[in-house]
Amino acid sequence: MAQDHDLPGRGRGNNAVLDRGGPPRRPKKPGPATTAGGHPTRRYRLSRWDLKASPYLYILPFFAVFAVIGLYPMLYIGYLSFFSWPRFGAEHGSSVGWENYVHVLQDPVFRKALVNTVGIFLLSSVPQVLVATVVAALLDTHLRGKSWWRMSVLLPFVVAPAATALIFGSLFADKSGFVNDVLGGIGLPDVSWHGHRLASWTAIATMVNWRWTGYNALILLAAMRAVPGDLYEAAAIDGASRVRQFLHVTVPSIRTTLMFVIITSTIGGLQIFTEPRLFDTNLQHQGGADYQYQTLAMYVFNTANSAVDPYPRAAAAAWLLFVLIIIFALVNFLLIRALQRRSA
Amino acid sequence: MKKTPRPWRRILALGAAATMVGSLTTACGDGDDAANALGPDDILTITTFGDFGYADVIKGWNDDPDRPFKIKETRIAQWDTWKQTLTADLQAGTGLTDVVAVEGDAMPQFLSEAASEQFVDLTDSSLDDRWVEYKYQAGQTADGKQIGYPTDAGPEAFCYRADLFEQAGLPSDRDDVSKIFSTWDEYFATGQEFVKELPKTKWYDASGSIAQAMLNQVEFPFQSADNEIDVDNAGLKDVFTTVTDNVPTLSTRAVQWSDDWIANFTNDGFATMPCPGWMFANIKSSAPKVKGWDIADAFPGGGGNWGGSFLAVPKQSDHPKEAKQVANWLTDTEQEVGAFEKAGAYPANLAAQEELTSRGEVDPYFNDAPTAQILANRAKAVPPGVPYKGDKYSDILGLLQTAIQRVDEGGSADDSWKTFTQAVGRLN
Repeated sequence: MAQDHDLPGRGRGNNAVLDRGGPPRRPKKPGPATTAGGHPTRRYRLSRWDLKASPYLYILPFFAVFAVIGLYPMLYIGYLSFFSWPRFGAEHGSSVGWENYVHVLQDPVFRKALVNTVGIFLLSSVPQVLVATVVAALLDTHLRGKSWWRMSVLLPFVVAPAATALIFGSLFADKSGFVNDVLGGIGLPDVSWHGHRLASWTAIATMVNWRWTGYNALILLAAMRAVPGDLYEAAAIDGASRVRQFLHVTVPSIRTTLMFVIITSTIGGLQIFTEPRLFDTNLQHQGGADYQYQTLAMYVFNTANSAVDPYPRAAAAAWLLFVLIIIFALVNFLLIRALQRRSA
Repeated sequence: MKKTPRPWRRILALGAAATMVGSLTTACGDGDDAANALGPDDILTITTFGDFGYADVIKGWNDDPDRPFKIKETRIAQWDTWKQTLTADLQAGTGLTDVVAVEGDAMPQFLSEAASEQFVDLTDSSLDDRWVEYKYQAGQTADGKQIGYPTDAGPEAFCYRADLFEQAGLPSDRDDVSKIFSTWDEYFATGQEFVKELPKTKWYDASGSIAQAMLNQVEFPFQSADNEIDVDNAGLKDVFTTVTDNVPTLSTRAVQWSDDWIANFTNDGFATMPCPGWMFANIKSSAPKVKGWDIADAFPGGGGNWGGSFLAVPKQSDHPKEAKQVANWLTDTEQEVGAFEKAGAYPANLAAQEELTSRGEVDPYFNDAPTAQILANRAKAVPPGVPYKGDKYSDILGLLQTAIQRVDEGGSADDSWKTFTQAVGRLN
């Protein structure tokens, strides 16, 4: 029963909504589909070929574009990461084996950036998904002016990230910022939002959460709308409270969507760049004078501008970031699957 | 209506897709087309940073109907931002304007073998006597290729707030303050007195600017003459220790060019700052209503040169010939005099220097200081060839400024120095 709530088009074998494996479409003129000799007609064969090949042709443009601007650069920088390339040189130099990876892994700044990235990720993605789920549940109740509420949670997402970063940058300014004014107003000491490591992570995570929570909430809301009402009715008859209904009906019903949200926000969180970069007061864009909030994406960018072998080292760092994201996504996936199995 | 398969439609769609992909690839290959001649309505582009003071002279060119083409200047607020775009686009081989401005401290890295390949050789022997010798040579590669035409030089004077000096009981007259700015010891000692009298005002604008000023008097701050990195030398350490020791008392602890730094111009945040000619425009725009700024014709430890830029033409320009012509024109006497009047950038052009000195104009904003005369005097005090700028000068300078910022933010000087040497070690 619950299985039928899946998105249409992602058909599973026989139940698929858009299953096109059935009998061929009716030929233009009614008549036998085979020639006298028992062989299929040309039109019939063409039609079969159409059914089999067309879907691939339709998705081909996406994969063609992806191959050109996604896959090719990725593979090429993987190749590049094993070479030297002098600064400003027109072509790459000789092969250096794993040296670029060794350089990056031995770099204390890389390690610091790794910790920063994971820290900012945890401070942003975890509260983000939790709050988004709750907001979605609230939006799913009988509110007046539903569309208005739904529009307004999406509003931060419409604002350009650069604008967000500038607004929050001045809110969190060390000496003249609004946040410190408020803190001072209630008798708390000023926080060095750019100087202190955890404080800077919090400031950056706030920007990310502000921007993405509403977006995720809308995705989760769409999934919640698809949960059949009779489940809630049954639960209500059994005497389950609203909270219990949320925990035991809503959450399990939307877990596929939840998984999607968690994995996309993991990927986004680990690639965070714009917010810390524009938050930065250090002239060399090191992510704070002591690299307090330099993220891995910033590390890749800065390395691409550094003095020695800029591109190959940045390529190595980019691949390490890629591997890290894969690991995080896998861990996410396995954790969620384990939880699902337990609850099933 | 029956939905019948229409193969021709699909063929058409496929054809369209193929054409699109095809045009994409041809668009990519367009870069090395032969240079087209520019018409009167075509635009030659130039990027500068900060304020080069070219707005009026370029407007003059564009208003002149006899000019063969138009010039469009893009101004980037800060060098550091422009540097990243410049280096990235240079390596990418695309994206730059026809003429690009390069900051003097970063010029050495663009003179290296691989980088200089990306620039048009601007050598023109008729220009040999146009510029101050040391600036002219600073735009050349080891084998004599001219990569950049010098725009301005940065002989440093000291700007000070005469009104605050008076309040603190210090001499405030332009001729009387010279003693305060005679040596660094004298300068810092006076600063201690000053902050005792006026505890709300700091002595100088930023730790970074004093570090820069002192550094410009160290002969080999970062690299030896054969470009070996050596930051463990007495000269550099002395600069670092002096500056960081004075952080708690004399410095605003603001980062140069930051919002806090700009705010300090108007709220009496500090009283003195090292002042190359191009800094005049920054002071005027940051504190248009503040009265009391003056310029001392003196500099601790003799003299120094801070900044001063070049115009270069990247090979990726489609119009290298015209670009060279514009770079030549902009660095010529008349235009450099115009740039000085607009933004205070002191010309590296000798004839322009002479003309400015002979005019003897005074600047009412700076209490009628004879700015050109002061800068001419300061230029004479600049030790030639100091500091030595190796290929990584700009990179290490950035790391040093970051190290000083760590101490400004409350970090320990020893730890910061360790992080600095470690980061410099990663430059190999």
